[in-house]
Amino acid sequence: MDFFLHLLVNGLSVGFLYGLSALGFVMIFKSSSVLNFAHGELLAMGAFLFLALVTWAELPIALAFLLTLAGCFFLGFVIERLFLRPLIGEPLIFVIMLTVGLASMFKGLLLFIWGGNLRTYPDFLPEWMGLTWGTISVPPVYTAVLAVGTVFLILFGLFFKFSSQGIYMRSVADNQRAALSLGVHVKRVFALSWAIAALVAGMSGIVLGVINGINVHDLSAIGLKVFPVVILGGLDSIGGAILGGIIIGLLETFTGGYLSPSLRDVVPYIALVVILMVKPYGLFGLKEIERV
Amino acid sequence: MDNEVLLQLNNISVVYSDVIQVLKGVSLAVEKGRIVSLLGSNGAGKTSTLKAVSGLLKPENGRVTEGTILYGGQPVQNESPETITRKGIIQVLEGRQPFKYLTVEENLRVGTATRPVGPYRKDLDMVYAYFPALLTRRKSLAGYCSGGELQMVVIGRALMAHPSLLLLDEPSLGLAPLVVKEIFTIIRRINEEQGTTILLVEQNARMALSIAHYGYVMENGKIVMEGPAAELAENPDVKEFYLGMGAEGMVRSYRDVKSYKRRKRWL
Repeated sequence: MDFFLHLLVNGLSVGFLYGLSALGFVMIFKSSSVLNFAHGELLAMGAFLFLALVTWAELPIALAFLLTLAGCFFLGFVIERLFLRPLIGEPLIFVIMLTVGLASMFKGLLLFIWGGNLRTYPDFLPEWMGLTWGTISVPPVYTAVLAVGTVFLILFGLFFKFSSQGIYMRSVADNQRAALSLGVHVKRVFALSWAIAALVAGMSGIVLGVINGINVHDLSAIGLKVFPVVILGGLDSIGGAILGGIIIGLLETFTGGYLSPSLRDVVPYIALVVILMVKPYGLFGLKEIERV
Repeated sequence: MDNEVLLQLNNISVVYSDVIQVLKGVSLAVEKGRIVSLLGSNGAGKTSTLKAVSGLLKPENGRVTEGTILYGGQPVQNESPETITRKGIIQVLEGRQPFKYLTVEENLRVGTATRPVGPYRKDLDMVYAYFPALLTRRKSLAGYCSGGELQMVVIGRALMAHPSLLLLDEPSLGLAPLVVKEIFTIIRRINEEQGTTILLVEQNARMALSIAHYGYVMENGKIVMEGPAAELAENPDVKEFYLGMGAEGMVRSYRDVKSYKRRKRWL
């Protein structure tokens, strides 16, 4: 029973983290229908930027965290501006291929600077953040994931539901032509969704780095894991991304715990194939509202 | 024509994808504070004319290749829709095009995109005053509204932008006659109360001419006739082709031949 609960807690936290990682991916897809293959590299960029600020610049953790988020936001903005904007109006496949190119470019850059070895952050999370119930203990980093993640989700929810800019962003995702006819700055919306996506990715990258250590290859592989998560949740559903993440996280840890640790990384993709066969729009994918 | 001219199209040609010419020298003028209607059959180029003005040709790979579009004396042809909407020209697209997954009120709020800062509460109240039906539906998703309600949503959404010139593309499309009547009454009220200049594209010529001050008839990418709305409504050709009143007592086959000839003469 203890083992089960232990796996449950683990799976939930890992899953929540997958969900957060997938969030940025969903945002870009929702606003511009682009599948971003460079998402894993955005996670890695965030993780390494934080590493640089903490170990090289030796900034205090909180400041480094905020600076990393700001840096990622800016990075997303610049990526859109430099690489994606010239391709607006071109067939989507060009844009998607471009993100594949961006992925190799970022990966190359990170390997060039830091090499392929595993690195770690200095220990900075205080012990009191870990929780213990009887025999179950939750390491501090998982508590931090839950806290930071929840705050992010609430902020995003409020932003998209109530702020004007959030509503404009949703209008572009909904009907781009109509949004254009009302004067919504569609290009600015694209830029903003890349910026926000990179910010969330950067944050997830830091947390992943704390849990698993920082390594370019591992982090960009997480980017691939985003696919089963979002396809399970529905490519265009933000809530679906979180739930999809939790389901994949649980699936992984339970498989790892009860069946075999080597199956762990395969299970999400088996799930992916099954979902595509039985429910191609995912659990929460947008059903087209059809007026008859 | 004694009023100030707000919008002036001088001999414009529009070409899609560099090869398909849809407008061949269209000229028209819209006076400030008036309702001007643009009539014509399918494919005559009415929608393209509106899009040339609003800048929405661009995303569809269309371009104004010749002529000028003057808005308040300034050339605006081939500007981006972001720029043009900020000058006060808002187009209401054909076929309603709501944001289906946004609520009615959120749909209306998108209309503030040209002036994102500042309060919008008063404008919402103004829209609900024109369209009381929307008030009860404000929290429901636009995708589940009826056709008439959606037409109100998209016109209301455009009003939120405080347009000086409203381009309406077939507001009567697919609506029941009573709803059409209601919508047209409101369009007229908007024109009278807000002083909004309106360029109205319609297939429903009778309705359009009943509220318009002036009218143009388009065919094959050209303006073939123009005049004050009341005169146009009395014109025998307009009556026959657009108002569905054939010359009475004639043999059908003879009338068909005659229509064909008369149509030819226009071109």
